[in-house]
Amino acid sequence: MEQTPYEYDVLVVGAGGAGLRAAIEASAAGASCGVICKSLLGKAHTVMAEGGMAAAIGNVDERDDWKVHVTDTLRGGQYLSNPKMAEIHAKEAPERALELEAWGALFDRTKDGRILQRNFGGHRYPRLAHVGDRTGLEMIRTLQDHGIHRGIDFHMEYTVFRLLLDDGRVAGALAYDRERGRFRVYRAKAVVLATGGIGRAFKITSNSWEYTGDGHTLAYDAGADLIDMEFVQFHPTGMVWPPSVRGILVTEGVRGEGGVLLNSDGERFMFDDIPPLYKDQTADSAEEGWRYVVGDRDARRPPELLTRDHVARCIVDQIKAGKGSPHGGVYLDIAWIKEKISNSEDHIRKKLPSMYHQFKELAGLDITKERMEVGPTTHYVMGGVRVDAESQMSSVPGLYAAGECAAGLHGANRLGGNSLSDLLVFGKRAGEYAAAFAREQGDIRLDEAAVEAGMKEALEPLEREGGEGPYQIQHELQDLMQEKVGIVRIESELEEAIEEIGRLSDRAKAVSAPGNREYNPGWHTALDLHPLLVVSEAVARAGLLRRESRGAQFRDDYPQKDEHFGKVIIRAARGADGEMVVEEMPVEPMSDELTGLVEEMG
Amino acid sequence: MAATEFRIWRQDGAEGEGGYRDYTTDVTEGMVVLDAVHQIQAESANDLAVRWNCKAGKCGSCSAEVNGNPRLMCMTRMSDLPTDRPVTVEPMRAFPVIRDLVCDVSWNYEVKKKIEPFEPRPPDAEDGTWRIAQEDVERVQEFRKCIECFLCQDVCHVLRDHHLHDEFVGPRFFVYNAALEMHPLDTRDRLASLKQDEGIGYCNITKCCTKVCPEHITITDNAIIPLKERVVSEFYDPLKKLFRVFSGGSRA
Repeated sequence: MEQTPYEYDVLVVGAGGAGLRAAIEASAAGASCGVICKSLLGKAHTVMAEGGMAAAIGNVDERDDWKVHVTDTLRGGQYLSNPKMAEIHAKEAPERALELEAWGALFDRTKDGRILQRNFGGHRYPRLAHVGDRTGLEMIRTLQDHGIHRGIDFHMEYTVFRLLLDDGRVAGALAYDRERGRFRVYRAKAVVLATGGIGRAFKITSNSWEYTGDGHTLAYDAGADLIDMEFVQFHPTGMVWPPSVRGILVTEGVRGEGGVLLNSDGERFMFDDIPPLYKDQTADSAEEGWRYVVGDRDARRPPELLTRDHVARCIVDQIKAGKGSPHGGVYLDIAWIKEKISNSEDHIRKKLPSMYHQFKELAGLDITKERMEVGPTTHYVMGGVRVDAESQMSSVPGLYAAGECAAGLHGANRLGGNSLSDLLVFGKRAGEYAAAFAREQGDIRLDEAAVEAGMKEALEPLEREGGEGPYQIQHELQDLMQEKVGIVRIESELEEAIEEIGRLSDRAKAVSAPGNREYNPGWHTALDLHPLLVVSEAVARAGLLRRESRGAQFRDDYPQKDEHFGKVIIRAARGADGEMVVEEMPVEPMSDELTGLVEEMG
Repeated sequence: MAATEFRIWRQDGAEGEGGYRDYTTDVTEGMVVLDAVHQIQAESANDLAVRWNCKAGKCGSCSAEVNGNPRLMCMTRMSDLPTDRPVTVEPMRAFPVIRDLVCDVSWNYEVKKKIEPFEPRPPDAEDGTWRIAQEDVERVQEFRKCIECFLCQDVCHVLRDHHLHDEFVGPRFFVYNAALEMHPLDTRDRLASLKQDEGIGYCNITKCCTKVCPEHITITDNAIIPLKERVVSEFYDPLKKLFRVFSGGSRA
C-alpha cells in the first residue's frame, strides 16, 4: 500500500449540511470521525441554498405543526415518498432548526423576537426559517464553525472513488487528493455518504463541478439499491442570460416575496393551469395572491408558488408556444411590487440581497427596476440510495446515506425548503446510527488486492496514451441528458439515450488524460465519467420504466398519472453480470395515523 | 468581443519555478474571467489548475489576482477589463502556490480553530428558545455574510509583505471575532486573545481589506475599529487598570 491507512469508526464522505451534521453527531456519540470533502471546507453546495429551511415551528402561523408539514411533503411528492421518513422529517425539523440557533446561527426574526418563517411553494403555512436569501451559507458556516471544535478530522480536496468492503459490509474507502494526486486509504467501521446530487449530468444546471453522483455510484458499485432516479428536479427559475451564467439559481424566495411570472405578451400565465390537487389551496386572482404574500391568513397562495415540477413545465409550455423571452426563458418580475409598497426598492434589496447582487454583477440588471429572464435548470435529484427510514442505513451493512444522495423523503418532487431540513434531520440520524453500528463491530479487514486494483485502475487514464480526452465525453453526455432525458421525455428518446450512454461508457474506458498527478483537472474529469454515466443510465432507465407523468417526471407519450405507477417506486441495482437492473417495488406502506391525516387535510 | 490575450501564472508545485504563459481565447458577451480560464483549460491547457465551485459569488473558492487586483474570478466580468493589454491572472500572493492558480489557504483554517467558539447565554424562554430583535440580527449579519474567499487576507500588508502569520490573524478573522463578539447571544470574551495572540494592534487601518471584499463588508470601520476600541477600553482604561490591580485580575 502507498501509505498506512487512516482509521476511523465513522468516515463521512461529503461536507455539506448532511455530512457535517452526521460528523458532529457521530463525534458526540464518542466515535472517532473523519470527513472527506472534494472542496475546501464550507464550499459545498449547501452554501448555495437560498430560500430557507422548512420546519413547522409555527412562529408566524400557529396553525402549523408537523401534521400539516408531513401532509404537504407527501402531497408534494405525489405520494411516492417513504411515509415514515416524511413523518420523522416533519417531527424533527423544528428541533434541528432550534439546535442550529444554539450553535450560533442567526435567523431573521418576528416582531416578538422569534424565528421568522416565510412562504414557499407547496407549504400551506409560512414555514421556512431563513436569513434573507442566504440561509445555506448561515447553515453551513454554523455547522463548520461548530464542527471544527469537535475533534473531527477534515480531509479537504480529497475525492473518494471506491468503497472497500469486508465480507459484504463496508470497511473503508479509497480516495485521491486533488492537490497532489496521491492516494489515501481509509479504514472505517461505518461510512456515511453525504455527497449531494448529480446535476453535472445535465448541460443546464445550478450545480457546481462537484455534483457528479459520486455517493450514488459508490453505493451502487458496493451493491446498494438506488430508487426514484427518474425524478430529477428542474428548478423553474435559473438565469438564462448571459450564456456563461445560464443555469445559476434564482431563488424561489423571489416568488415568495411577490415575484410573478410573465410571458412575452405580459400575461401572468400561471393562473391558466392549476392542477386539481392544488385547486383549493391556490388564489383565484392576482389580488388574492398579493394578500397572501403580505400575510393575509385567509388568502391562498399565488400560482407562482405551486410545486416546482409544475411551474417548470408551465414555463417550458410558454417557451414552446412562442411566448418566451428573447433568450429562451420567461420573465420573472419582482419590481412590479412598487405598485403596492412605497419603499419597494429597499424592500427588495433587503429581502433578496444576494439575488440583487447576482443580477447586478453578472447580468448588469437591477431587479428592483427591471424584469429578470429565467428558465428551468437542473437543480436536485429526488432519487438516491435506498435507506432505512430510521437509521439511514443502505442495504450494505455499515453503509449509510443522508441528504441529497439518499432517497425516500421527497418522492416524485421535493418541496423547496425541505432540503435543508432533510440534511439536518437525516444527517444527524445517519451519524448517530453509524456511530452505534461502529461500536458493535470488531476488527475489519482491508482487502489489499482491492486497494491495489482500485489505485491501478484510477491511474489508467494518466498512463494511457493517444486516447480520447475526457471533456468530449462529458459534454456529449450532458447534451444527451439535457435533450433526451430532460423535462419532457418520450419512450423513443429514452431508448436512444440508454444506447448512447452505453457507447459513451465504452469510450470512457479508453480515455487519456495528459499531464501529471498534481491538480490535474483532466484526470479528475476522466475519473468523474464513471459516476456520471452510472447515474445517467439510472435516470434514463427508471424514466423509461415509469410509463406515466407524475411529479418531476413528464412523459409526452404518457401525459397522465397512472394508478399502477402511483403504488410503485423504481429500483436500480447492479445485476449479477454487472449490468444495471431496474424494476418496480411497492411504495412503503403508510401508517393508519398518516392515512387519516392525509384524508383529513385533503 | 473577440480574441483576447491572457497571461496566466503557471507553476508546478510549491517549489517549482513559476512564470506567466500567454494564451488567447475568444471572449463572448457576458463572460467572466473564470469562464475564460475554463475555456483556456479546455482548449489549450488541460492541466491548468484552478479552484472553483458555485460560479455565483457565494462560495468564495475562485479567488485570484486579476490584473493585479484581488478578485473572485466568477464575479469579474470581462467587459469591465481594459482590452488594450493582456488580462493577467495569477494566484493570491499572500499564500504558497500549490499549482498554477491554486494556493494553499490551510493556514486560515488553523487560525479559525484557535478562536474561542460561540457559547450562548441560557435560553430566554421555557421552550428552550431565545428572543432576539431583528436589529440585533442585522448588526452581525454583515459579518456573517463572509464567504471566506480570503481576498482580504491576500491584500493585507501585515500578512502579504510582513509575513506576520504567527502573530496576526488577518482581517477575515477580525470579522469572525466581530461576528462572535457582537452576536446577541454570545457570552465569551475574546478581547484578551485579540490583543495578545491575534495581533489586532498591527492593523493600521489602511482599509485595503474593505476595498477588496466581494461581499462589501465594511471590514475596517465596522469590525476592526470597534474591536480595537473594545480592546483599548478593556486594557488601557486607567480606571479598569486600577480595578484589576486591586481585584487581582489576571488580565493585563
